[in-house]
Amino acid sequence: MKVLVPVKRVIDYNVKVRVKSDGSGVDLANVKMSMNPFDEIAVEEAIRLKEAGTADEVIAVSIGVKQAQETLRTALAMGADRAILVVAADDVHQDIEPLAVAKILAKVVEEEGAGLVLAGKQAIDNDMNATGQMLSALLGWSQATFASDLKIEGEHAVVTREVDGGLQTIKVKMPAIVTVDLRLNEPRYASLPNIMKAKKKPLDEKTAADYGIDVSPRLEVVKTSEPETRQAGEIVPDVDTLVAKLKEKGII
Amino acid sequence: MDFILNEEQKLMIETARKVGEKFGPDYWRALDAEKAFPTECWQAICDAGLTGAMLPEEFGGAGLGMVEVALIIEELCAAGAGATLAQIFMLNPIFGGVSIAKYGTDKMRAEWLPKLCSGEMQFCMALTEPDAGSNSLELKTSATVEGNGWRLNGQKIWITGVPQSQKMLVVARTTPVGQIEKKTQGISLFMIDTKREGLSHTAIDKLGTNTIPSSQVFFDNVLVQGDELIGTLDKGWHQLLDVLNTERIVTTAGLIGAGRLALKLGADYANERRVFGKTPIGAYQSVQFPLAQHWAELEAAKLLNLKAASFFDNGLPFGSESNAAKLIASQAASAVAERAMQIMGGMGFSKEMHAERLWRDARLFRFAPVSEEMILNYISMANLGLPRSY
Repeated sequence: MKVLVPVKRVIDYNVKVRVKSDGSGVDLANVKMSMNPFDEIAVEEAIRLKEAGTADEVIAVSIGVKQAQETLRTALAMGADRAILVVAADDVHQDIEPLAVAKILAKVVEEEGAGLVLAGKQAIDNDMNATGQMLSALLGWSQATFASDLKIEGEHAVVTREVDGGLQTIKVKMPAIVTVDLRLNEPRYASLPNIMKAKKKPLDEKTAADYGIDVSPRLEVVKTSEPETRQAGEIVPDVDTLVAKLKEKGII
Repeated sequence: MDFILNEEQKLMIETARKVGEKFGPDYWRALDAEKAFPTECWQAICDAGLTGAMLPEEFGGAGLGMVEVALIIEELCAAGAGATLAQIFMLNPIFGGVSIAKYGTDKMRAEWLPKLCSGEMQFCMALTEPDAGSNSLELKTSATVEGNGWRLNGQKIWITGVPQSQKMLVVARTTPVGQIEKKTQGISLFMIDTKREGLSHTAIDKLGTNTIPSSQVFFDNVLVQGDELIGTLDKGWHQLLDVLNTERIVTTAGLIGAGRLALKLGADYANERRVFGKTPIGAYQSVQFPLAQHWAELEAAKLLNLKAASFFDNGLPFGSESNAAKLIASQAASAVAERAMQIMGGMGFSKEMHAERLWRDARLFRFAPVSEEMILNYISMANLGLPRSY
């Protein structure tokens, strides 16, 4: 079974995000970029499936600017077998929307004959949480989202999902799209020998046009703004004053 | 001129950062207090394949160069360790690894290098003596022929990392000074077990770098086997220099990492701390400017160090660059740790803030592995054409 893992190049989770002065989005010029952390978990899970003999090949795919090649190289250094870069944007600020990504992925899945797609549940840059679901609809495959545990049992995938108030275990028919949550695994880091091996692994470059997909935006970002700065607190002498203050502010 | 890192270099920096972050400042603070060796951290570094970066691929290394080694060490040290972690690289891949890879026998290479890369074996190196420091050619430790081997007698001091090592690279005189023309002749290198009859060592109580012990070592008629000679008999001095050559690059990389860590601790504190009203102290130029100054110094030292590393990798002379980089980096790392403490006020004096450990540790590297004065001597002669002053 081939496993396809879409990986997105996003602003590094350690970077303090700055909104561009015109409010059109987050400033990404000269900012450290990394693999979306949820995608890293998906890559790790795919490699584990291969190590366990469940999967034969792990293919990482990234759709976006040319620099996403670095993100794919990270996936290869972790242990993916090969990679496909679909160049769909020139400007690092151009985000490819979930529907376009899902359409391209659907083509790649068909072309590769993949039996499982492991994807991050969402990208930490725009938190859309949509690509996996859209891809499942386009392919007519089962979907299991927010996976915190995954077992492949013959024709089925048994997935534990983190839901409000606990865990839900579902069984879906393969082929399937599984989107992964934070607690599924702890991704490995690329060892130096694997980094050197990754250099020699195949990385194919395609364009969105090769798949006949229009990636022009359908959504319009009206405004992006920094979160409001926290107001300074106030120390109150006792519970009665606290209650009075809360009432005064209409909180209780 | 190309300052752009390639994909592999970026990835190895990322791996070094992730490994380093698993062992953050609190880990090192605890070990510093216990005077304990960072065994788990070193093992993780070996597991990630970082130890053998510059060693041959056939023996478990990655066959890369000093540029990569410097980048890896800087990132590891910046994540929490400070400058001390670089010393473990000096001991193992450099003192152990380079000496074996370049001058060892096939048997030594095949047996020891894979274990060095995997972390199963550790190494140390015994050169300095009570009366032979910067003047190391005055060393008195002698190896006299007995049967197929030698008997080793003498005393060494400031030998780093003896207790956790299995092997020690010993520098000894095999032909007495009276029987040679130049002091550089008659010196040989041996790779011997640290646990051996007649070899004893005792730890030195010291200001910092507590996670890696420094010891006095005594050789009392220690038997050395014939196959423990490494390199050429009586011609070990230049081979030793060849091994030691890169230690300045390694030291500087560690200092840049330590400096970055101190800058971060200082700047983070200055951004949070409010003393008079609502303004964080980091808004004051008297707090900002010294940090900015040290950032500039560290960045300059880093570039010079990478230039030295690149020259080394390309077989060019790099002594002036590596010495000058180490001079600036050691002063900048010391100064920025001192500044971070000053910014923190009284809290800087407490161990939980980490700046004091970086300050204690950085101090060592203003006289080791080579003193500021000897570097200035070197530059005066090599780069300015001035007469030797000593």
